[in-house]
Amino acid sequence: MGELAIEVSDLRKSYGSVEAIRGLSFEVERGQVFGLLGPNGAGKTTTVEILEGYRDRNGGHVRVLGHDPARRDRRLQERVGIVLQDSGFYPRLTVQEAVAHMGRAYPKPRDTDGTVGLVGLSDSANVRSNKLSGGQRRRLDLALALVGDPELVFLDEPTTGFDPAARREAWEVVRSLRDLGKTVLLTTHYLDEAQALADRVAIVKDGAIVAAGPPGELAPSSAGYRVSYLANGERVSHQTADPTDLLHRLTGDAIARGERLQGLEVARPTLEDVYLELTDVEDEPGA
Amino acid sequence: MSSVALAWQQFRLERKLFWRNPSAAFFSFVLPLALLLLFASVYAGNDDLLEVLIPGIAGLSVMATTFNSMAFNLTFLREQGILKRLRGTPMPTVSYLAGFLGSAVLNAFVQVMLVVTIGHLLYGVSWPQDWGALVVFTGVGVIAFGSLGIALSHAIPNFDSAAAYVNAIFLPVMFVSGVFYSSEKLPPVLEGAAGALPLKHVIDGLSGAIVTGAGVADNVEALAVVILWGAAGMLLAVRGFRWE
Repeated sequence: MGELAIEVSDLRKSYGSVEAIRGLSFEVERGQVFGLLGPNGAGKTTTVEILEGYRDRNGGHVRVLGHDPARRDRRLQERVGIVLQDSGFYPRLTVQEAVAHMGRAYPKPRDTDGTVGLVGLSDSANVRSNKLSGGQRRRLDLALALVGDPELVFLDEPTTGFDPAARREAWEVVRSLRDLGKTVLLTTHYLDEAQALADRVAIVKDGAIVAAGPPGELAPSSAGYRVSYLANGERVSHQTADPTDLLHRLTGDAIARGERLQGLEVARPTLEDVYLELTDVEDEPGA
Repeated sequence: MSSVALAWQQFRLERKLFWRNPSAAFFSFVLPLALLLLFASVYAGNDDLLEVLIPGIAGLSVMATTFNSMAFNLTFLREQGILKRLRGTPMPTVSYLAGFLGSAVLNAFVQVMLVVTIGHLLYGVSWPQDWGALVVFTGVGVIAFGSLGIALSHAIPNFDSAAAYVNAIFLPVMFVSGVFYSSEKLPPVLEGAAGALPLKHVIDGLSGAIVTGAGVADNVEALAVVILWGAAGMLLAVRGFRWE
């Protein structure tokens, strides 16, 4: 382990005069669930589609499982599963037929029924795909991506448009991928999704990565820990990069006065704080 | 699985999908046959007219099963993201296209045989005089109309408008190309238009094969026109190809 599944450095892509990707770099280790998080239009899908071999790049170094995806080498495609943001399959094929058909293109496909079961579609195996619900169709997408038993799975906004229950179910499937030892590259504009699923997160803004790390450890540069307590019924709040000294002082003063610190809270910066600070800077200059 | 085996699997899938889509099967299979039965019942007993109609409907069938179905299907497959999905798998493009096109080719040949058989059994038109020419003109017609249909699909913005685009071409071509009557009876302008388009020449070739016994050697000019259209169609089909 520790080997890299994906290496991207100084990736560049322009559409006409518009620079969609401006020197984007990140690495994904094997067995990791990696989340590319960012607002719509940040360049997430363009990046993923370059890694999937759908788009050429204008510059930069890219390796996916040791291959350059731009070459569209069949040996790479046999080891990768792709769930696109929005793509259908033959509406008049049943789930079972669709998965079986796609499996034939791979050298060592998973068992069809097992794959259908893995995504929770066993009860709908003989239903035609145009009769499936939105959530079920997304699971079929996943089954079609998994039937080749890929080492690496790309999931481009796998839960956009889902209701909360369907999202939770989709999350369970992603977690099961991790349990199978797959490497997963996930894009999302949902913070909670990145926080819930990803081992590492990179925040993308304007075609470049502005922060990267495990979702629990991403720290905003300005706002730090928030320490707050109640004084005379009103909440007093302090921001600090390191709460150790502040807490020592606050509690020491309170003890010296013989009081209790009512409602003391120490909050670590959430991914949301980081995300908002990093992605909204231009909209709210004062923030 | 080898590329050939995958092409076979894709072909079998396409056959299954074809029969599961009754409206598409209707338009490419049943409509030409319905037109055949309708006009043949009007022309019944008039051998001259029947000998125009049978090769005419056979040529129309070649166009409907390839040009129309390619333009419709590819627009649909592209709009649904099915082409893009397939592109992300190890399915070789050549296998996919061979299976996909093979199914349309089979439809065209089956349809031509149905028309010829109905013409013989119901209306007393003779069996084809030159089977080789029948196969050649059906074959080059399939290639020309198939690639032109693929090329047209690049220009169709979405599936909802596909019928309008296809019929805007299919219907006028059908009426000027001598499907139901000899195109020589048309005003010179329309006759000239028919002469520049491929369908009339496919029909001329099929007419030679079925009715007069004129073989490929006697219809070299018609063959050349169809091949030219096919070459232009292939160029446009390949150069403009979009997966999404």
